[in-house]
Amino acid sequence: MALVHIMFSAMLTQLADKAPTAPADLLPPAFAAWFARRGWAPRPHQLELLAKGNARRSALLIAPTGAGKTLAGFLPSLVALAARGKVPPGSASRGIHTLYISPLKALAVDIARNLDAPVAEMKLPVTVETRTGDTPAHKRQRQKLKPPDILLTTPEQLALLIAQPDAERFFSDLDTVILDELHALVTSKRGDLLSLGLARLRAIAPQHRAVGLSATVSDPLALAEWLVPQVAGCEVRADLVTVAGGAKPEIRILESEERIPWSGHSARYALPEVYAAIAASRMAIVFVNTRSQAELVFAELWNLNELGLPIALHHGSLDAGQRRKVEAAMGAGRLRAVVATSTLDLGIDWGDVDLVVHVGAPKGASRLAQRIGRANHRMDEPSQAILVPANRFEVLECRSALDANYLGAQDTPPLRRGGLDVLAQHVLGRAVAGPFVADAFFAEVRSAWPYRELEREAFERTVEFVANGGYALRSYERFAKIRQTVDGSYRLTHPRFAQQYRLNVGTIIEAPLLKVRLGGNRGRPGAPLRGGRVLGEVEEYFAEMLAPGDTFLFGGEVLRYETIRENEMLVTRARDEAPKVPSYAGGKFPLSTYLAAGVRAMLADPAEWHRLPAQVQEWLTLQKQVSALPGRDNLLIETFPRADRFYMVAYPFEGRLAHQTLGMLLTRRLERARMRPLGFLATDYCVAVWGLGDMGRLFSTGGLDPGALFDPDMLGDDLEAWLDETWLMKRSFRACALIAGLVERRHPGQEKSGRQVTVSTDLVYDVLRSHEPDHILMRATRADAAEGLLDVARLGEMLARVSGRIVHKRLERISPLAVPIMLELGRERVDGESADVLLSEVADELMREAAGE
Amino acid sequence: MNEGGRSVQPDTDAEPAAVSARCLGLRLAGVRVELDPAGGLVWAEEKLLVVADLHFEKGSAAAVRGLFLPPYDTGITLGLIEGLVARHKPERVIALGDSFHDRRAEERLAPADAVRIQRLTGACDWTWIAGNHDPEPPRELGGRSLSELAIGPLVFRHAPARGGCAGEVAGHLHPAAKVVVRGRSVRRRAFASDGRQLVMPALGAFTGGLNVLDPAFRGLFPGQAFHAWMLGEDRVHPVRGADLRGD
Repeated sequence: MALVHIMFSAMLTQLADKAPTAPADLLPPAFAAWFARRGWAPRPHQLELLAKGNARRSALLIAPTGAGKTLAGFLPSLVALAARGKVPPGSASRGIHTLYISPLKALAVDIARNLDAPVAEMKLPVTVETRTGDTPAHKRQRQKLKPPDILLTTPEQLALLIAQPDAERFFSDLDTVILDELHALVTSKRGDLLSLGLARLRAIAPQHRAVGLSATVSDPLALAEWLVPQVAGCEVRADLVTVAGGAKPEIRILESEERIPWSGHSARYALPEVYAAIAASRMAIVFVNTRSQAELVFAELWNLNELGLPIALHHGSLDAGQRRKVEAAMGAGRLRAVVATSTLDLGIDWGDVDLVVHVGAPKGASRLAQRIGRANHRMDEPSQAILVPANRFEVLECRSALDANYLGAQDTPPLRRGGLDVLAQHVLGRAVAGPFVADAFFAEVRSAWPYRELEREAFERTVEFVANGGYALRSYERFAKIRQTVDGSYRLTHPRFAQQYRLNVGTIIEAPLLKVRLGGNRGRPGAPLRGGRVLGEVEEYFAEMLAPGDTFLFGGEVLRYETIRENEMLVTRARDEAPKVPSYAGGKFPLSTYLAAGVRAMLADPAEWHRLPAQVQEWLTLQKQVSALPGRDNLLIETFPRADRFYMVAYPFEGRLAHQTLGMLLTRRLERARMRPLGFLATDYCVAVWGLGDMGRLFSTGGLDPGALFDPDMLGDDLEAWLDETWLMKRSFRACALIAGLVERRHPGQEKSGRQVTVSTDLVYDVLRSHEPDHILMRATRADAAEGLLDVARLGEMLARVSGRIVHKRLERISPLAVPIMLELGRERVDGESADVLLSEVADELMREAAGE
Repeated sequence: MNEGGRSVQPDTDAEPAAVSARCLGLRLAGVRVELDPAGGLVWAEEKLLVVADLHFEKGSAAAVRGLFLPPYDTGITLGLIEGLVARHKPERVIALGDSFHDRRAEERLAPADAVRIQRLTGACDWTWIAGNHDPEPPRELGGRSLSELAIGPLVFRHAPARGGCAGEVAGHLHPAAKVVVRGRSVRRRAFASDGRQLVMPALGAFTGGLNVLDPAFRGLFPGQAFHAWMLGEDRVHPVRGADLRGD
């Protein structure tokens, strides 16, 4: 009962708090007695939510970690159910009273377990059950016949539930929907799907209200709107209940005696100090940004582990059983430290953590706040946190994040506009549930916040797409999945499409994964490998980079890549001390705009440098002497020759994704200026382009004005043209095609059907691009690429900001600030070289042979 | 990763000079043939063009199952063939089997596409080799049908004979090849050959590729002479077997 314990222990000190806004007599005697038995008192926001429940108001609770959010969300339902009492014997069973939706299956299961305590101890007549992808068929069947009072589930399961023909009966008694970790759900396509599901639920069960639970976000009002049906031209939102943050966290940046590296992400230099901090604490979480970082840090900590402390590893690629074990050990307090990726970001409780170490820059102020909140789930004691920058730029970033955290600044991403691919999936689901009339359905869809501005034309084309593909060449009408009947309603044409819908529901598109299986030849070199234990999974692209014999870190071991067999990667244990492939595939999270501005401001203001480590100060001072410092609102570009190439490095500090786009566009322009660019590399801080032409000379002699090179008009035609042919678009298209139901998901057991049988979405993309560029799926793809993937808007803002303020430094040699990216260049995968150039490089030797034949 | 990046626009540049720059010569069982990056094999001496695995109406075959792939694949594949014909002006064309995705593909053809096929088969000596997808010949589209065809030292059939066969030109396997250069992988359709026999890439707009290192190719090209002739935008890139990667 760790959760309950932690949730309530904070209340001990709350008794002397300011007077609650809602009177304490809202709490029925049985509940008050239960609280009292434990020596607790309800917190003001918990009572306030109870009052909202009595007033039948939808509410959004925004509270930092550790405020007892979950209990606050459930309290009104528990009180109502207690008052309702048992179903009299002989009468029909009732439908679901409270539906709880969380982004994580594990969280739903965890909450179910933790609701047991109050239910059992107060002997409440309340049944609580979960329904996830893992729930066996017989249990689902029983749930339909005899629904529990409280059902805990996920957005995907909600989509399936509302597509059942008997959904109306199932939800006829629905009183409350609780949406947990709402901040995490709404920024993805899962949020779009959920919003549409809730709109449907409001049509089926108009009497229910919604309760949202969220961590602190930058725009709480928008989130409160998201929670309730939208009406065109009006501002409608749920009541907002906000809990102020608890004690200020105590955060410090690790000050190492060691030399801070120029580049890289392992932070190996600082790990002895991190280890010492772990040894001095009760239990620590060491957060990192990527799986490979987790592996490196974990391996290194064990090398240092002279005291034999129990330190574990937790990341999404590890086998689920292994992860559960780590979670259990943590909950039971048997561990001293866990090295974890974002898999530990969300609300599951982990016991008595008193220190959070963040290795690498946190990339966003809000993310840092949430991760730090993991330490000490007691609002009233300060969390302890240490930031460990892995390189010199990260020192600046950590400093800026730390300032933001003290200011309580938030930089969570804005809410999304709903995707048309998700809408397409929902349209089919709507038809599976029963016939629908377009007008009413359109109004229902527009009541969902992400779709509140959806135009009728886009809606109709989406319905057309679901019906028959929606192509200009109308040749598929005879194969239609849904069809308008004489009464004007749309109906499913065949029940098999309902089955197809159920198998393909959801918006999570996993990167193709390969199982990592330990193989052995029983000590006989050369003997065929036998498959052993499965260690976990890796993304296909990772396996693509490896050649047989390469060694890499996984699950804390050095493994040798042997071969791929079907969807499995066979590996053996390697004796190597150091893995050959360190592989850092770039963090998932780009630097937030807020932190970027902070870093720029710090660079531009030498008076503030005294807050930085001496080594970093020296680095910046040297930069100031030999080149210039990037300013708050200008753009520094440097050009210099090195070996037989010419380099240009620009420092916009706008995050890797924006820089990747910029690099691609600059390369195109430099090509036109005959600079023969060969490639580019983007980091969170800068972008480097290199080529055979002397760009510095071109700029200085007036051959090309750098202002023209960085003119915002590059976001026009060039961007459009480039976007259409990039692999990023193809990747977004694949996701849209899967979600919209253009192609089917591959299910376990189907891998053997082979690649030549399934149609590659890349081929479909090429065809659509040339024949129907305005197809609804192309629109969905472009919106995705522009919004999430490419950070184009951010790039546009930057180009506008620096317009007319470009500072060019033509240098003889590499500048101090350019050292990090030039070091990365030696080991990172290089973007931006055309596939044909790469191909001819491999083929060249043969071409010479061929020429001499 | 980079599956089939070739242009899907009809290929109409028919300049003779461009032809020789695009294509790459290869000696196959003693015969000199040209490989066109659009995916066709040309035996100039015989004025012969060979294409493989067209899979006409693969899109509409999926549509029957409720997966509405764009209905343009047949038109695009035809555009590629028309481009090859315009460039090389063959007197004979061999379609190496699986020209139609399924037995009912002919019924689903758009009328305009049927006319384009008839125009092609009517303009030269056209042979449909039977494939596993289309064991029966089309009824109203012209051309003649054979299970295989031998010309000089070369034999043209749909599926490669087990264990390999000198002078054989086959399709069926949809060869694709992958190379990794500086951490980036490029995957393209390819001709697979060791100079003794050859497997053609699939031409159909929606046909994917099977890596030439897949077990399905095992035994076909045992020696060191094996190369994948990868299809680039406007060139064919020969890559030594030892430099290729599996998927």
